[in-house]
Amino acid sequence: MKTIISSSPFLRSDLSTPRIMWEVVITLLPVVGVATWYFGISALLMTLVCVVSSLWADILFMPSQPNRRWWGDGSAIITGILLAMCLPPGFPFWMAFLGGFVAIGMGKAMWGGLGQNVFNPALLGRAFLQAAFPGAITTWSAPGGGLFSLQGNNLALPFLKGEVVDATTGATPLSAMKFTHEVASWQDLLWGNVSGSLGETSGLLLLFLGGYLIWRGLINWRIPIGMILTVAVFSGILFLIDGHQYAPPQFMVLAGGLLLGAVYMATDLVSSPLTTKGIWTYAIGIGILVVMIRVWGGLPEGVMYAILLMNAVTPLLNRAFPTRVYGHAKAGA
Amino acid sequence: MSGSNLPTSDIGALLTFPHGVHPREYKELSCAGPIERMPFVDTYTLPLGQHIGAPSRPIVQVGQQVQRGELIAEPVGFVSVGLHSPVDGTVTAIELVDHLNGQLVQGIRIQTDRFSPQQFQQKPPADLDQMDHDQFIKGIQTAGIVGMGGAAFPAHVKFSLKPEQHVRVLMLNGCECEPFLTCDHRVMVEYAGELLDGTMILAKYLQPDRIVIAIEANKADAILVLREEIARQGYPIEVTPLEVKYPQGAEKMMISAILGEEVPTGKLPIDVGAMVSNVGTAVAISEYFRTGKPLMERVLTVSGTAVGRPSNVLVPIGTPMQEVVDFCGGLTHPEPRILLGGPMMGMVQKNLDVPVVKGTSGILALTDQEVVDPQTYSCIRCGRCVDACPIFLNPARLGLLARKGLWAEMEENHVMDCFECGSCSFICPSAIPLVQSFRVAKGLLREEKQRAKSAT
Repeated sequence: MKTIISSSPFLRSDLSTPRIMWEVVITLLPVVGVATWYFGISALLMTLVCVVSSLWADILFMPSQPNRRWWGDGSAIITGILLAMCLPPGFPFWMAFLGGFVAIGMGKAMWGGLGQNVFNPALLGRAFLQAAFPGAITTWSAPGGGLFSLQGNNLALPFLKGEVVDATTGATPLSAMKFTHEVASWQDLLWGNVSGSLGETSGLLLLFLGGYLIWRGLINWRIPIGMILTVAVFSGILFLIDGHQYAPPQFMVLAGGLLLGAVYMATDLVSSPLTTKGIWTYAIGIGILVVMIRVWGGLPEGVMYAILLMNAVTPLLNRAFPTRVYGHAKAGA
Repeated sequence: MSGSNLPTSDIGALLTFPHGVHPREYKELSCAGPIERMPFVDTYTLPLGQHIGAPSRPIVQVGQQVQRGELIAEPVGFVSVGLHSPVDGTVTAIELVDHLNGQLVQGIRIQTDRFSPQQFQQKPPADLDQMDHDQFIKGIQTAGIVGMGGAAFPAHVKFSLKPEQHVRVLMLNGCECEPFLTCDHRVMVEYAGELLDGTMILAKYLQPDRIVIAIEANKADAILVLREEIARQGYPIEVTPLEVKYPQGAEKMMISAILGEEVPTGKLPIDVGAMVSNVGTAVAISEYFRTGKPLMERVLTVSGTAVGRPSNVLVPIGTPMQEVVDFCGGLTHPEPRILLGGPMMGMVQKNLDVPVVKGTSGILALTDQEVVDPQTYSCIRCGRCVDACPIFLNPARLGLLARKGLWAEMEENHVMDCFECGSCSFICPSAIPLVQSFRVAKGLLREEKQRAKSAT
């Protein structure tokens, strides 16, 4: 008879951490697919480059996890794909590789590995790239150009001025709005036929995937709903005040990285709060910051910084909004 | 998943509590067949401390003949109950015997009289109509009745009301939310009359405003049988179906579900006017006061994929567990995991060389099919434990504090309120031993308090 010294409970739910990670990876595949549809093979290669560098950093910095498989727990693959999806299509691959490495190295390993990081690793990697290569990361190409042709400066080499491939460049809807007051049609934004980062252009797909992730219980519904509603209400109020100066709310929700951020970035389990009140505060906070940066800030887009800023507040939110324990009068009492 | 396939719409709206988890039920293994009576075996072993509180004191000598149902050990003090012989036979030893958890405790061994017809010959204690509250309480104590849900807390202690206490609602707990266990289910179906009679006896002494039998919706047949019997007898008893969710059968959760109120921390259910008792306890009360039969046998579930013939069995207290499992087709797996009670809150048992005691609600023999030792990962702060905890703790935070050994901080975060249902560990995708570490913390905190008390 086998005696294993253990104590109850002996039953476990089927959902394990690697399975959560893999399910998220699977939902990201259509995002990569649509990016490839609009921006050609560049999207696929960019994803590959980022995943390889993220995984490499994961293996390099965290080799000693017990029973580690080569893919670890799958979280580095998510980071890689997400980083690729928030880069411009013509972004040089070597920079993307560096970004993936920094995302895991500085975004996760330095904090102590899975579950310990304060900031979303993919966004931290992107913030690093934005600081290091401000020019390259704001060079956008318009969708189209053939499935097998590379976009922009994909093949540029480090520290050399790469040969500039002739491609259609196009301002993103947000920068067009910010600098020339052109509002893209919401149909284009919904289908994704606009310029922008690889994975952020198709609003419809992201909404659908968000719904699926919520239904599967893989993300907390309060975060995307809270963020999107806040942006809609806040920008709606501004639009009502002055319809010429400010963009309409449906534009603010569908343009840029808001939906990608709301569905995949802000919902990162590790860097979002644990308790219900904290989660609402976090989601609403991101929404407000997004609108403020887009409308009054120097940058056309603010989702990345909004999420990173609220990531920084997450530990405080966890402390500020403890759960109210059964039989106790109020929270923390 | 459950024994009855009746749609829940037949039994009315379901009440429930917030949070909780949905483990696989595994009830179909054992709930189909009727309760079987375990045949008498050669020897019985009765540990003296089968209940919470002081162990009973033997009143028999080695070599003495005893009758089935005869008192062989008397209660010592108030929080203690009587113990009875489950057979006609001879006391062969009063010595240290194997008990659960590998302990050795004082116990009485009885050799069965092979030629006895084992007919029950005790008489009911007294006329129930003449009995006052004190005699009633004394009767329950003498009959050795304890809470049959598994904790084995002396029933008479719970039923002793202070003059200022008033029972607003008497709740009979037929939730049986632990996976695998179906003994309460079968008892409610097969002992419906005794259950309702015992409930009415209790109601006579507790004077509740309202009587509710709470049953999870996966036992629709029990709900319908009880409602039919209540209608026939005209009893003022409600049968309330509850949602199938773990830990629905925990006292605090039932009170949330039925009254919509919480028991303040550090208080008892009676402080909000609730008295919760297991359905098996009510059956035992009816049997004692109507026929004189003390708590000398109980129904328990023998189940798991390593058991040949999972079933519910009426077993005399003191029967070796090995005999009970053999009666249920024996073990079919060379290395099963033996658990006593349900898989969510039950305990590991090293082997089957221990007797069935009053608190044994189930003997489970599980294999790798049901129990896995998953790889542990870091906490990914997904918050599933926060959404699972029925008393709204933050297990993720407590787990982190436990890892660092910050016991005082854990106490500030209310770890002492945890009643160890295990929902957090069940749901954790990283397989972190959350409730297990809370048990350690609670134990250490209690010890520290003891030390502080003895130091002053």
